[in-house]
Amino acid sequence: MNYDKLLNRTLAEMKPSGIRKFFDIAAEMEEVISLSVGEPDFQTPWHIRQEGIHTLEKGRTWYSPNAGLLALREAISGYIRRHSGVTYDPKTEVLVTVGGSEAIDLCFRTLVTPGDEVLVPEPSFVCYDPLTRMAGGVPVPVVTRAEDAFRLKAEAVAAAITPRTKLLVLPFPNNPTGAIMPREELEALADVLRGTDIMVLSDEIYGELTYGREHVSIASLPGMQERTVLVSGFSKAFAMTGWRLGYACGPAPVMQMLTKLHQYAIMCAPTTAQYAAIEAMTGGDADVEKMRDEYDMRRRFIVDELNKLGLTCFEPEGAFYVFPSIQATGLSSEEFCRRLLEEKHVAVVPGNAFGDSGEGFVRISYCYSLKHITEALRRIGAFLKENGLCQ
Amino acid sequence: MDKLLKLLNTNARLTDAQMAVMLNATEEEIRAAVARLEQEGVVRGYKPLIDWEKTGEEVVTAIIELRIAPSKDEGFDGIAKTIMSFEEVEGLSLMSGGHDLMVTVNGRSFKDVAMFVAKRLSSLDGVLGTATHFVLKKYKERGVLFTDEEQDERGNL
Repeated sequence: MNYDKLLNRTLAEMKPSGIRKFFDIAAEMEEVISLSVGEPDFQTPWHIRQEGIHTLEKGRTWYSPNAGLLALREAISGYIRRHSGVTYDPKTEVLVTVGGSEAIDLCFRTLVTPGDEVLVPEPSFVCYDPLTRMAGGVPVPVVTRAEDAFRLKAEAVAAAITPRTKLLVLPFPNNPTGAIMPREELEALADVLRGTDIMVLSDEIYGELTYGREHVSIASLPGMQERTVLVSGFSKAFAMTGWRLGYACGPAPVMQMLTKLHQYAIMCAPTTAQYAAIEAMTGGDADVEKMRDEYDMRRRFIVDELNKLGLTCFEPEGAFYVFPSIQATGLSSEEFCRRLLEEKHVAVVPGNAFGDSGEGFVRISYCYSLKHITEALRRIGAFLKENGLCQ
Repeated sequence: MDKLLKLLNTNARLTDAQMAVMLNATEEEIRAAVARLEQEGVVRGYKPLIDWEKTGEEVVTAIIELRIAPSKDEGFDGIAKTIMSFEEVEGLSLMSGGHDLMVTVNGRSFKDVAMFVAKRLSSLDGVLGTATHFVLKKYKERGVLFTDEEQDERGNL
């Protein structure tokens, strides 16, 4: 068999994830101390796990309705109304998906017709570009800059819009930079979008994890709900990564198509996870607050220490990553990460894994205990000192 | 300063500067708050959590339940005062339930501890009975695991 000929060309030519690559190297090494994962170190709060266990005990192990349990869709709708002030009809405007990831994929495949352009802010999470391509779309990077606190500037979006632009991805709070979009920046962006037929895919998976000021959903701005698909999930805020559960909310005609595709491709999201998620939506706010407080302390600590080491770090206001510049070392992102891994056995992710504009930065996660973070920083400090890279 | 206490309780060796960064306060504020906590007796002291097993030193710990006939004047406080003055006594609490005082004692051997109970505790006026429980293995103390750390199973995106 000539598999090269068989395989889908778009997929075969696609670069593998740059995050994955470093994990694979790190996995081969002994005594590696990692600051690279993108998931909470907390366990799913017990009362949420217990709901999952109860439904298994009761034998509720069937498929759920395609769009998800109605009780969960109602809970999601209530949760969003409570936190963002946006109202979605649980019957026609909410879809429960297998993680936020599925919701993102569905959006591209629902909205993109081959040749359509999708505006993808950069640096950002690795999936938007490949999934756009798989849907036949053309990803158009829109660069965000450290000097703008990695916010997406309305002017940059306006400049990138063409008659073929179909969709804008809005991934804030951002992975990997930790940037947020404050209300005034969203207002400016909304001004650009309101006069167009461009839809927004607002990936708010880190929406609960902001420090200092509340997350604002673009869907809450006047005239924006009708042109936005809000995507989020349970993984980050409720420490539920392994449950694989997310959701999408948006205008009924769009959601109807997302649901159709979801029905053919997936049937329904895992039922056990859905029951547990109802508990998260209705009784999980206190857990989120507790975890957020803990992340916040680590965030302040790590930013301060990195700056002291000479790896200048803009203050991230969301998610659980810091994105320090390593330009002062004179090394490329990949070189920095490779050498740090080889010499000190510390794993961090090179910034260029999140787009070319991430070059000169590395992503450091603080989903680790303070003790672990302290040791990793000590090794990074030694790495810089021994190689005379920064003071 | 509830958060400060929580932080100190996680790791009392953080510097004032580090705590200031983490709690978004000035170093001066942290220093003053800690001083106040100490002065008010909220913070009674700072000690490491030692896993004696790893030191090679023989340390035997026992938890001893005491049933007491409270005295007319002082209730349980009089005898508690006597017991807490013994240097072998690591901890002492008044309990609800089937016994009255719970004493934690450290010694160099089982015999050491047993003799301490027999000679110093049982013989005290008001002690009606004792039950000694030796600690065989410590899994967790004050929120810190005494077993080897679990492997971090995460490793995906």
